[in-house]
Amino acid sequence: MAEVQEGSSNKKGKGSKQKKMTVRVDFTPMVDMNMLLITFFMLCTSLSKPQTMEISMPSNDKNITEEQQNKVKASQAITLLLDADDKLYYYEGEPNYEDYTSLKETNYTAKGIRSVLLRKNYDAVKKVEELKAKKDKLELTEDEYKKQVAEVKGAKDTPTVIIKATDEATYANLIDALDEMQICSIGKYVIVEITEGDQFLIDNYLQKGALSAQAAQFEG
Amino acid sequence: MGRPKIAKKSTFIDMTAMSDVTVLLLTFFMLTSTFVKKEPVQVVTPASVSEIKIPETNILQILVDPSGKIFLSLDKQQDMIQTLTKVGEAYGVTFSDAELNEFKKAQTFGVPIKSMKQFLALPGEERDKILKDYGIPCDSADNQFKVWISSARATNRDLRIAIKADQSTPYSVIKNVMNSLQDLKENRYNLITSLKSVSDE
Repeated sequence: MAEVQEGSSNKKGKGSKQKKMTVRVDFTPMVDMNMLLITFFMLCTSLSKPQTMEISMPSNDKNITEEQQNKVKASQAITLLLDADDKLYYYEGEPNYEDYTSLKETNYTAKGIRSVLLRKNYDAVKKVEELKAKKDKLELTEDEYKKQVAEVKGAKDTPTVIIKATDEATYANLIDALDEMQICSIGKYVIVEITEGDQFLIDNYLQKGALSAQAAQFEG
Repeated sequence: MGRPKIAKKSTFIDMTAMSDVTVLLLTFFMLTSTFVKKEPVQVVTPASVSEIKIPETNILQILVDPSGKIFLSLDKQQDMIQTLTKVGEAYGVTFSDAELNEFKKAQTFGVPIKSMKQFLALPGEERDKILKDYGIPCDSADNQFKVWISSARATNRDLRIAIKADQSTPYSVIKNVMNSLQDLKENRYNLITSLKSVSDE
C-alpha cells in the first residue's frame, strides 16, 4: 500500500548518487478503521450526562415536622395541588372550604403558575437576578454567588410553597413543580402528602361549590 | 486524425487529511461520551432546568418504570457482592461464590430475594429477558426495597441515592419510594432529569 516514487525533480542531480524519493503511505485502511471505531462509539455511548435535581425531604420525625409546619405563616404559604391530566390548582394561605373560588386552577406554563410565584416572590427573584448579573461581570466568584443566593432564598419574608400531589399525578408533574421552584428562586418548599381536605377542595372546585353548599345545608 | 491523447493520471487520493479528521472525531467521542448502561426497562426522564451533573462514582440508582417496578444499580462490584450478602442474611438466604460472581456482572438488578437463587442460575441472555418482569417489591406488606437500600448504605457510607423514573410514572409509586427512603432517614437524594431550557411560552 505504501508506495515509493522516484522523484522527477532530480533532473540535473547527476552529482548526487542518492535518488530523491517521495514516500507515500495509503491511509485508506486507516480511515476505514477509524470510521468503524467512531460508529462503535456513537452507537454504544451516550453523549449527554444526565442532569440531576437535588432535593432534601423533611425528616420523618413527627415532632419536628409539626413544629416547622406551625412556623409557616399563613400569608406566606402557597399550596400547589397537582392532579391528574396535568391539572394544577393552588391556594394561598389557609384553605377556605366554604368558598370554592379560593382554589384557583392554573397550568405549568410560564403564564400559569410561574407568574403567580414570581409575583409572590418578586423581591427575591430581583435580588437573585442582580447577583447573577454581578457574577456574569465577574464581580462575584461562584462560591460567593451561591452563598448569597442561598441567603436571599432563605430570607424570612420569602414565600413557602407546599407541594401536594394526588396519586394520579405523574412524576413529570412533580418535576415540573420542583422546576418552577428553581426558576422562581423559592428556597422554602416541601413535598407533603395530600390530605382529605385538599381532595375535597378539588372536588368542590370541579363541581363549582356544590359540595360545600351541600355541607352547609346539612349543617343548617 | 489521431485521437487526442489522454494523459494517464494516477487515481491516488491522499487520505492523510481524512485520517486526521477521523482521529480527531474519535478522540472527541472517546473523551466526552459515557457508556450506556444496560437497563431492563426503557425510561424517559422528565426535563428540568437543573444543571447539576450527576457525580460519576458512588451512585445507587433507583430505576422506576411506568408500571411501578423498581430496579437498582450500584457502580462498584465489590459493593454489590456485600450488599447481596447482607440482604441474603436478612432473609435467611446464603449465596455461593459462584452465585455472587454471577450477580456482580449484572448492571441492573431487581429480583425478589426469594427468586434470586433461581434467577442467578439462568444463563445470562435469559436473565436479561425476564428481568423486566420482576422488580423489587416495595409495598407495606413486603418492603424488600428498604432492606436493599439499608444494606447498600451499610456497605458504602458515601453512596448517593439517585432516582431515575419515567415521566409518566404515577405519583403514588414515587410516593411509595420516597416514603421508604424517608423511613430510612435518607432525606437527601437526587432526581435524574434531562436538560431543558427555561421556556417562555
